[in-house]
Parts: sequence; C-alpha cells; structure tokens
Amino acid sequence: MNKVVKNADEAIQGLEDNMTIILGGFGLCGIPENSIAALVKKGVKGLTCISNNAGVDGFGLGLLLQQHQIKKMISSYVGENAEFERQLLSGELEVELIPQGTLAERCRAGAAGIPAFFTPAGYATEVADGKEVREFHGKMYVMEHWLKADFAIIKAWKGDTHGNLIFRKTTRNFNMPMAGAGKITIAEVEELVPAGELDPDQIHTPGIFVKRIFQGEKFEKRIEQRTVRPK
Amino acid sequence: MLDKNGIAKRIAQELKDGYYVNLGIGIPTLVANYIPEGMDITFQSENGMLGMGPFPVEGEEDADLINAGKQTVTILEGGSYFDSATSFAMIRGEHVDLTVLGAMEVSETGDIANWKIPGKMVKGMGGAMDLVASAKNIIVAMQHVNKAGESKLLPKCSLPLTGVGCVKRIVTELAVFDVTENGFKLIERAPGVSVEEIQKATEGKLIVDGEIPEMKI
Repeated sequence: MNKVVKNADEAIQGLEDNMTIILGGFGLCGIPENSIAALVKKGVKGLTCISNNAGVDGFGLGLLLQQHQIKKMISSYVGENAEFERQLLSGELEVELIPQGTLAERCRAGAAGIPAFFTPAGYATEVADGKEVREFHGKMYVMEHWLKADFAIIKAWKGDTHGNLIFRKTTRNFNMPMAGAGKITIAEVEELVPAGELDPDQIHTPGIFVKRIFQGEKFEKRIEQRTVRPK
Repeated sequence: MLDKNGIAKRIAQELKDGYYVNLGIGIPTLVANYIPEGMDITFQSENGMLGMGPFPVEGEEDADLINAGKQTVTILEGGSYFDSATSFAMIRGEHVDLTVLGAMEVSETGDIANWKIPGKMVKGMGGAMDLVASAKNIIVAMQHVNKAGESKLLPKCSLPLTGVGCVKRIVTELAVFDVTENGFKLIERAPGVSVEEIQKATEGKLIVDGEIPEMKI
C-alpha cells in the first residue's frame, strides 16, 4: 500500500506529450508547484491543462506557458497573465472557458463515475451552445459531461503513505474534487507522515483516490494579491 | 447622486439578520463595510470559505487563505473552509440568501451581461454564471451608464449573456430599480436626482408609478 514516490520527477513518470492533465489550485493558492516545476524540467509538450486558472507570468502554470508546453487550457478565469494573452491572440493557444461551479462539478463527476449532470449555469448563454438542455420543475438546465484526464495533480498540506490527505484553509478548492479524476492522481504534500499518524476522523480526501504521493522539496507559496489593513 | 460607497451603503439596507451573502468584485465588496449594527451576516467566498473576515494586518498574511479575488483575507469565528464543489453546491442549491454583483449591461427582463466584450481579451466568467443561474436574490451594483455615456439599463443586452431573467434589483448612482414583468420599476431616487434625469439615462422601459421617494442613506 506504499504510494510514496521519491520526488516530483518520479511522480510524473509516464506523463508524456499531448496528454490531458488536471491541476488543482485557485489562483496560486494550493497549486502543485513542485510537480509543475518537474513538468517544466521534463519539457513535455502539447498538454491540455484543466485548471481553474492559468497561473501568472513566471509562476504556476505561467511557467509551462512560457515554455510553450500547453496546447489547450480549460479554465474558468485566465486573467492576469500577459504571456497567456499573447499566445491566445496569436492563435498558439486554445482556450475553453467553463463556469467555475461547472468546472468543479465536472471534475468531481469524473472522479465519482457520473458521466453527465444537469446544471442551471450557462443556460441561454454561449456556454450552452450545442449542449442538451432540459426542464426540471419549471426551470431550464444544461447537460454537462464529466472531466477525466491522464493525470490529476493536486496539492495538500499533510499526507500519509497510504495517500490520505489533509488540506489547510482555502487550499481545498479544486484539489479535493479533482482527486481521482485522473487515471493516475498525484498528490504533493508539505509534510508526509507514516500511515497511522493522521487521525482518520480528520482526513479530507481518502487515500483511495491517490496513486502517488510525495513530499515537495520546496513550497514558495506565492501570494497573488497581498492585501492588508493597518495595524 | 451616489458615489461607489453610497451604492454599497444603499445595498447594505437590503441585508437581513442571518443572511448568507456572496459579494462580487468591485462595488459589491464595499457592502461588507456597511453591515447594520447588531446584524449577523455571513459572507461566502466561492473559492471555499464561509465567515470571511477583513484583510489581515501586515505580517499576518497567509498564502493559504485568500478570497475569490485572490486577495489575502481572514476568517471570523464560526467560519468554515470547504472545496469548490461544495462551495457551488451552496450556490446552486440556493443556500446563499443574497448575491451582489457588478454588470456591464442589464436588460428590462432581468438578463445580465458581465463577462465578455467581443474583440477584447476574454478572461472568463469565473463563478458569475453559476451565481446568477442559482441565487434566489440577485442585486446588481453598477454605474448607470458606461464610459461612453451609454445606458447600461437596456431593452435587451447587446453583450454576450451571463444569465437570463435573473436580476431582481439594481442599484446605481442614480436610483434603485426592481426588475418586473413590465420593465425597470423605479423604486427610489438618489439624493438630488430627478425622475427626468433617471429617465434620460435609462434606455430600457422605465416604470414610474406615483411619487418616487428619495433614498435614505
């Protein structure tokens, strides 16, 4: 049952060109930064990345964009990234925009074995173009399909050798619904402990969803919008 | 005429004790500064938090604790954290009592456009489409006219839609409106603003029924 791999390089073994990957995080909060660094180092290209955001210039998925490793982004919000904008306008990069709740639920559905579901989000907007719509209890809904990927890469605070995960504060975000939405789910954690050390009552994501786990070498945890109030 | 804070103050009058509220980016965020004394309001941030508090004091920022605008924030006593799927279950499931958001255009039938301008870099809708499709009670906080001086209250939206038939109430620097079956119903005027001025700035159908009171701010 030992799911531990040595480091990020070993964790992304088998992740090849033109694959689809799901990545957790909201903005730069709770992103799998060690795995992203390993992807940059490996130089895999033609990736389709499913992630709520696309990082910023020089950090997060912005690092993969810089090296032209991403072919397509599937996200809900991609602002704050000049290189992203440049590649999009020049036609180098494809983008599909999805309402945030729909994105989260599509990933959850992928992990949960639910091929499609109905949501009110996007009804009568361009998001619903070409999709089945149906009325339930007097209200219109759009059918959305699950999202699955070759790899799902998430980040947690603590994890154990069985892949059980505990998150800290608002880093749960997309990391939790994305766990299990990849053929292989990789979890990078700040602190890896032997199975039995985490209280089973406190586990957020059970280890069954996780195939490979490692303790990240370094977490920069960059803040995108540092806002403070006077003391 | 109201400034941004005035719009936020007026919207704060819509709050009720015990409400769970989601505030959008921009003017809506300011509403949190004007919660009536003694009222218990819980703010939801769709990236995964109930009980969102003020910005942290310098030195106490935490990269793991942000709001939906990616700003560092704090959490209040009794708050909770959760994942994005659970967050939108709260929103879609109509457990959030009030959503306040900005808009580029609103139509007289309650359609809203606030995510995309054709020909400009599109950043995405984020959670706006989920929020407007689900909330029981949606208030739009916005400037009455755009930078070109054109009305944002229209018979029909010209920009790509975020949602249809969902806006219940609009607060601008000039007035408060309810979206009704027959169009924009004028509810209150901003201090010093005449019905004629409001009419002139409103391209969609305006309903003026009797004397229109001035807002109490």
